[in-house]
Amino acid sequence: MKTSIFAAGFCVLASVATAETPVLTVYTYDSFVSDWGPGPAVEKAFEATCGCDLQFVGAGDGAALLARIRLEGARTKADVVLGLDTNLTATAAETGLFAPSGIRANYDLPVAWEDTTFVPYDWGYFAFVYDKTKLATPPKGFKALAASDLKIVIQDPRSSTPGLGLLLWVKDAYGDEAPMIWEDLSDNIVTVTKGWSEAYGMFLEGEADMVLSYTTSPAYHLIAEQDDTKAAAPFAEGHYMQIEVAAKLAGTGQPELADKFLQFMVSDGFQSIIPTTNWMYPAITPADGLPDGFETLITPAKSLLVPAGQADALRDAALAEWLTALSK
Amino acid sequence: MADRAFKITPLIRAGFGAVLLLLALIIVPLAALLWRAETPAALGAADWAAVRFTLLQAAISAGISVGLAVPVARALARRRFVGRGLLITLLGAPFILPVIVAVLGLLAVFGRSGILSTMLGWIGLPPVHIYGLHGVVLAHVFFNLPLATRLILQGWLAIPAERFRLAASLGFGSRDVARVLEYPMLRSTLPGAFMVIFLICMTSFAVVLALGGGPKATTVELAIYQAFRFDFDLGRAALLAGLQFTLGAIAAGVMLRVSVPSTMGGGLDRTVERWDVSAGWRDALLLGAVALFLIVPLGMILMDGLPYVFSLPTSVYQAAGRSLAVAMVSMVISTGLALLLALLVVRLRRGALLVESIGYITLAASPLVIGAGLFIVLFPLTDPVALALPVTALVNAVMSLPFALRTLVPAVRDVEGTYGRLADSLAMTGWVRMRLVMWPRLRRPLGFSAGLAAALSMGDLGVIALFSDPNGATLPLQMYRLMAAYRMDQAAGAAVLLLGMSLLLFWVFDRGGRADADV
Repeated sequence: MKTSIFAAGFCVLASVATAETPVLTVYTYDSFVSDWGPGPAVEKAFEATCGCDLQFVGAGDGAALLARIRLEGARTKADVVLGLDTNLTATAAETGLFAPSGIRANYDLPVAWEDTTFVPYDWGYFAFVYDKTKLATPPKGFKALAASDLKIVIQDPRSSTPGLGLLLWVKDAYGDEAPMIWEDLSDNIVTVTKGWSEAYGMFLEGEADMVLSYTTSPAYHLIAEQDDTKAAAPFAEGHYMQIEVAAKLAGTGQPELADKFLQFMVSDGFQSIIPTTNWMYPAITPADGLPDGFETLITPAKSLLVPAGQADALRDAALAEWLTALSK
Repeated sequence: MADRAFKITPLIRAGFGAVLLLLALIIVPLAALLWRAETPAALGAADWAAVRFTLLQAAISAGISVGLAVPVARALARRRFVGRGLLITLLGAPFILPVIVAVLGLLAVFGRSGILSTMLGWIGLPPVHIYGLHGVVLAHVFFNLPLATRLILQGWLAIPAERFRLAASLGFGSRDVARVLEYPMLRSTLPGAFMVIFLICMTSFAVVLALGGGPKATTVELAIYQAFRFDFDLGRAALLAGLQFTLGAIAAGVMLRVSVPSTMGGGLDRTVERWDVSAGWRDALLLGAVALFLIVPLGMILMDGLPYVFSLPTSVYQAAGRSLAVAMVSMVISTGLALLLALLVVRLRRGALLVESIGYITLAASPLVIGAGLFIVLFPLTDPVALALPVTALVNAVMSLPFALRTLVPAVRDVEGTYGRLADSLAMTGWVRMRLVMWPRLRRPLGFSAGLAAALSMGDLGVIALFSDPNGATLPLQMYRLMAAYRMDQAAGAAVLLLGMSLLLFWVFDRGGRADADV
């Protein structure tokens, strides 16, 4: 009973809101919309120009976001989904729920961007982060890491996006050799966590010498905490990329507003917010350049990325190999 | 006795309503997932391996937790010392901590650079290796030993004081007291406590992953995660959740059949005084060890977070307020449902076991599946995001129901067994019976249940993460967001705030219910 009263009240409020200004609903991952993420600044900047009400809805992480959209199907209230990555776009495209945006921009991505449905807004490299004061000479690749007695914490690919990224990193770099790499790595892995927060927390507590994170993670410590002890280890085989994207829903009731948002997303107003809130590289370098501190980050010699179309097939095989190698 | 007819009173009707509500919350999400599934579901070899590991670690964890809890509860029941009340309250603490906080607290003690390894290093020994099955068990004992102790302590305190007085006047020693008074009580209390903890450990997932050391330590709940988020195989997720329920139901059924309802006979509800206890160094040693085991990790959490508690962003305090509101609503629902169910279970002649089991197996529910299922059901009707907090309160209430039930069923059974006939002969029914007969004797278990429900709801992340709305986060969710933004220090501060609020809630209600019986 209470539920229906609650719902009725909500519907009334919602209809009042739509009568006044158009609402653009953007589904995204949780950390994007938190007070410390890009959400609040993006909302302010976009609402200043669009004459609309930008509403973010948070849903776990990238994988949970796609699950949410698939659960809701064509009836989704979302106009735009922001926060999928290239490992998920093929699956997302298959749902037929997304529409081409036609947006083109001069992206500063290490790879050429052809997709016209999914618009990239930031990117980063996965990397193993370590403490310079505790580890003087970090390993220069997976083989060196496996041969050392360094301890690492990684995330489970079945429950987290970085974990999935690492799976594809090893698979992309080593192909059929991947199972061997995992077997050699197995005695270095202290443990596998559910998500990034658990792993990073354990690393900071001193449980491991290195943690799977991003090359940009040290930038947070440097810029926000004036702590220059954290660094990412450059790996000779290259680093796997995560490109985060947004797309317009095919069934949106606000197609123009959605396009306007995606256009805003690749503009300076949005891109300049990204580096120090999402701690990733912006898809287009802002006019003022990257914030001080980003120049200290490592630049991988080689960027690895499984093309979106192949990621889906590859990850199932890679997961099976991972499970087999680590269960021995 | 046999002439007490089963009357359908409004309370009984409400009890049946509660059963229906629970069944709906268990079955509807599963059905919704199966209905939306695109492919026919099937379980693979990996799923069965997950089932085996899940059952194994749950059985070991529950066995050790309950086994250790018996002497601890015994020591607490028969000793009076300064700080006893505080210790009993602290016993509630680990259980209500968000998993990640508890794990980090444990690692600060037992981890590679934890206190223990550091001390071992001083005498030239290698650091302890906490990861693996033993790490999982250690964490589960840390979480559940306190709960087991409280559940068993309730049993001890339910033995009427007069019994001990009589035993003393008959010249009973410790051993005789144990045989005549304590074993029968344990016989009826232990299976239930074991079952509740077995069910909790069965659905544990983040702990198992973090301390299990790798994919060998895969639980059914992780398999559900994979099915839902990695493969978007709703059918398999539902099937796995159904399997988890079935295993939970079997466990509940077996344990309830093993346990014997006990009615001790009436007492005058006086303070328990013991004459059979001599030198207490063994109890002191035991209590000291347990206190150390529980309090040192908690202390590490406090040390990490305390400096940041008062400089947290406003949004964290707002989230704390929201969590408090959810906890209050959840507590009322949970305690209300538990009381209705307990009254129903005690009155029913047939099907009591079934009703009680239904109350327990909600513990074997997967929050992910309940969340996703409710989402599918609610989505066509209304905006699930708008209902995030009410749904969280309801689901949290159902999740803490088993603990309330575990506490209330034996208590109601005792009251009914002891005073029921007298109350019947005085034609006491409805509110009068509730107020005069039940309330004074149920205050303690009710207070404990309410405190636990409120505290558990406070610390729960569960469903809210699926339904969240940027402006409606609860405290645990806000804590995770701080972590995701690399603000580990502030997250530690938020964790301490959470711990403090949960403990305070627990203390307020538990204290209110405990009255003078065991201070």
